[in-house]
Order: sequence, then structure tokens, then C-alpha cells
Amino acid sequence: MPRLIAARLLQATITLALLSLAAYALIGLMPGDPIDLAIMGDPRLSAADAAQMRAAFDLDKPLLARYLAWAGRILAGDPGFSRLYARPVADVIGPALVSTLTLLGVALALAAGVGITLGVAAALAPGSLRDGALNLIAFAGSAMPTFWLGILLIALFAVTLGWLPAGGEGEGGFDSLRFLVLPAATLAFANLPPYLRQTRAALLDAFREPYIRTAYAKGAPQRRVITHHAMPNASIPVLTIAALDAASLVSGALITEAVFARPGMGKTIYDAILGNDYNLALLCLLLSAAVALAASLAADLAQRAIDPRLRA
Amino acid sequence: MKAALAILGLIAAGAVAAPWIAGAMGHDPFAADLFNRYQPPSAAHPLGTDELGRDVLVRMLYGARVSLAVGIAAALAASLLGTTIGIACAMLGGVADALLMRLADGLIALPSLPLLVVLAAIDPAKLGFPRDTPAFDLLRIVVIIALFGWVTVARLSRAVALSLLRRDFVRAAVALGASPARIALKHLAPNLLAPVATAATLAVGGTILTESVLSFLGLGIQPPTASWGNMLANAQELVFAAPLQAVWPGAAIFITVVCCNIVGDHLQRRA
Repeated sequence: MPRLIAARLLQATITLALLSLAAYALIGLMPGDPIDLAIMGDPRLSAADAAQMRAAFDLDKPLLARYLAWAGRILAGDPGFSRLYARPVADVIGPALVSTLTLLGVALALAAGVGITLGVAAALAPGSLRDGALNLIAFAGSAMPTFWLGILLIALFAVTLGWLPAGGEGEGGFDSLRFLVLPAATLAFANLPPYLRQTRAALLDAFREPYIRTAYAKGAPQRRVITHHAMPNASIPVLTIAALDAASLVSGALITEAVFARPGMGKTIYDAILGNDYNLALLCLLLSAAVALAASLAADLAQRAIDPRLRA
Repeated sequence: MKAALAILGLIAAGAVAAPWIAGAMGHDPFAADLFNRYQPPSAAHPLGTDELGRDVLVRMLYGARVSLAVGIAAALAASLLGTTIGIACAMLGGVADALLMRLADGLIALPSLPLLVVLAAIDPAKLGFPRDTPAFDLLRIVVIIALFGWVTVARLSRAVALSLLRRDFVRAAVALGASPARIALKHLAPNLLAPVATAATLAVGGTILTESVLSFLGLGIQPPTASWGNMLANAQELVFAAPLQAVWPGAAIFITVVCCNIVGDHLQRRA
């Protein structure tokens, strides 16, 4: 176990280092560097000013030297300033992260809760009309473009009925809850199908095992057979889905946030990349990658904790 | 399955025939007609008109050309890249195999959307390509999707190739002195065709979705060229003026992806 963790951490470190180098080089290939953008924003800027700023921000140095300088600062715990927002990077990421985690937390809890419940309902009567209808929902959910569902919900609930706001974040408390309903529902529906499908498939597999027959033979009621015998064994694939979802906690709401104009991590990442804001974009990318790698490690560890057969 | 194929065939036929249909209806998909903005559906405009008075149905058909072409080309490119890497890993083994498979692990574990945004935002001029031509937009998006899409196919074809390499007919070819290139092309590739084709069909739906997401974010196909993704982005800005406009392009994406998935699932179950 400790060896597994050590190996995975080493692999994750290498992945993050390579990713940051690749991202740094790619952002360098985007149109205009920060000083070009500054010149466009302020026509009084002279060529000498531009050269001086280039030197001040080290932009006259080669890409690799700049990358190494940046990496050194990050390792020393100083993520620097966001050029786009003119604030320390941490001050920009903090509120955005809170907004995204709120949205994704609600949406994923909803997706898992409803998905698993529907999966159990489908597995209890395989081949029935109910099972068919639920499978249809799962199939539709996985082919539905999230942004289309979002726009349709806006068209119905915000434009036609006028019940809920079309976008934005609200002003705290109950008001913010109203702004959360549509994006959370959109994301929940998009993330629900894997839970439904995996729960159904894993439960049907478990129902075929002899220990289920034994449990019924002992006289255990169906509810207990499901919750105490079938579910623990069926939970491993479901847990894997949850880990995959957790991997997207930082950047997973990018599209939904774009549709509903929410100032979360997705929008921050998008603006930072397009705005050539190295410090902010790189830290956002690293953060979302680190969370994804941590989630995949956590999934492996949790699977081992649940299933003794994997520990060998 | 048959219904799905029929619908896909209908969409493809509409895409191919788009210029003739536009001509027969007398609508230009790009020319503005400002006296006929936001027309409701009618005989002349079956799906109505958009904010510039352009016929929505004709633009949808032109959008189908883009979405289908990108979806199919990207799935093919990803499969070709994946098969090549998979065969190379299986035949080379050792360090090359380990490195490429770790790269694949990394690509699967990392969140793809922010990386897609980074790649899509690159300035082609800095790499010596022409900027802002529709053909280049198409090619770029195909390349970007293929760069992320090869992993599944590479893993699949590596596994199949490894088992093929142990089979007698391949060992006989090796014993007869066949070159590695001949073994890869004449013995491995033909036997990989069926599983790779299945994986590629399953991938088409996903690539169509990815294209529409990138175009929706303004990073894919640029207006005035119509794609279902950028039509939806446009429709969102107009959602208060013309809520119905948001229905059609999304429905087209949804139906196409559903049909592709049905065909792919069917092929996979038969395999």
C-alpha cells in the first residue's frame, strides 16, 4: 500500500511538471503576449515603454528560462499576480473555487443520489416498462449536450415562465439558491446516467450470486438483502464513477458556468487562457489536474478498502 | 438500429444536398435579409429565420456538413493515430511502450476541457499556418480532437496486437523473415480493423459533441460559417428575443449523437 501511494505520487508529480511545461509553451503560442495587449489597451505607450515592460516582466528572455523562473516561484509558494484581474492569483481563485464547488457539490450529490436510486429501481424489475423508461433516460442524458439542456431550461423557466433567473450568482442566502437551481439541475442530469447504469448493472450482477439466494433463504426481507448484501458489492463500480466525477471538481462546470454566466473556476480558466494571463491560467490548470490525479488515487485506495480481494 | 441508420442517412443526405436545397428554396445561408428577422416557422421558412433574417433550416443543413465532417474526420484521425501507437507499443515493447502508455494514463486522468481550450486558443500564425480560413478551422478542430481521442483506440489495439503477436500465423511470418513494417501492415492491421471500426463508430458521437462544445465556447468553427455549436451559442444570446431558435441546433446534435451511439452499441454487441 505505501509503495503504491509513493509510486502514484511520483507519477503525479511528473505528470504535473510535464503538463505545466506544455501549457506554458502552448500559452506562448497564443495570439499576442501580455505587453502586446497592454499596448493595444493604451495608445500612449511608446516602444521604449514596451521594451522596458518586457524586461521588467522577463518577457525578453527565452521561453524555457521564463518557465523555470515561474516553476521556482510556484515551488517557493508564490503564485504571483493575475494580470487580467490585477490582484494576487490566490485572491482570484478563492471565490471562484467556492462558487464552483458549491455548484458541483450540489449537482453531483443530486446526480449520485437520484442516479443510484433510479438504478436500484431499474435493477429490481429488469426488462419491465419501468426499466426500459429509465434506460431511455440514461441514454438521453449521455447524448444530451449540457449547454443545450441549459439553454432549454433558461428558455422555459427564465424566459417563458419567468420563475427563475437566467444567469448570474445572486446576492447570498435564499437569493443565491434561486440562481443555483437551473445550473445544478443541468449538471445533475448530465452526470446522472453513469450512476444509473452502473448501479443497475452491478446490482444485476450481484443478484446472480449465491450469497443473495442464501440471504433470501435465511428469510431476510428484500430491503435488507439489497442494502446489506447486494449494495456493498455493487458499490465498487459506483464508487469509481464518483471518483471520476470528483476528478472534474475544479473544471467540470466550465460549460454550465458559461451558459449560466456564473463566475466560477470554469469561467476563470477560460478567461485566463484567452487573456494570456500566465500566472492565473497555469495555476488553474495545475489545480484542476492535481485534483483529478488525487481523485483517481483516492478511488484506487477506496476500492482496496472496500474490496479485500484487490489488496493482494 | 435500422431507424438510427435511416435518420443518420437522412441527415447526411441533407448535408450533402444543402446547396441544392438552399437553391430550390431560394435562400442564401449567409446573406442577411433584415426585413425578415425573427420570422416564425412558415411555408417559406419551415424553421423560421434568425436575427439577420437568414433561413434557420438552410443554416442547419450547412451546419450538418460541418458537424458530420468534423465528427467523422476526427474519429477517423483519432483511430488512425491510436491504431498506429497501439501497434507500435505492442511491437516495440520496453521503454517506448511504457512511456506511451504512461502518456495515455496521463491524458485519461487529466481534465480534458481546459486543455482543449488551451489548444483551441493557439494562434496558428505563430506556427506558420494561415489564420481565419474556414478550411483551417475545420482541420484544427479535427487535429485537436484527435490529439485527445487516440487513447482509447491505442489501448484497445495494443491489447489486440499483443495477443495477435503470439498467434501462430504471425510467428510464422516472423520466422519467414518478414520485416516489422510488413507484419504491422499485412498481419496486424487487417485483424485490428473490426475492433477499431467499432471503437471509431462509438467515438463519432463524442467527437460531434466536442466540436459543438468548442464552437459553442467560440473556439471552434467561426461564424459566418454555420455549425450546430456556434448556432446554439448565437441562439443563447437571443434567448429572450427568440427562445425557439435554441431548440433546433441542439435537437440536431442530440439526435445525431443518439443515433451514432445506437449504431456503435449495436456493432459492439455483435463483435
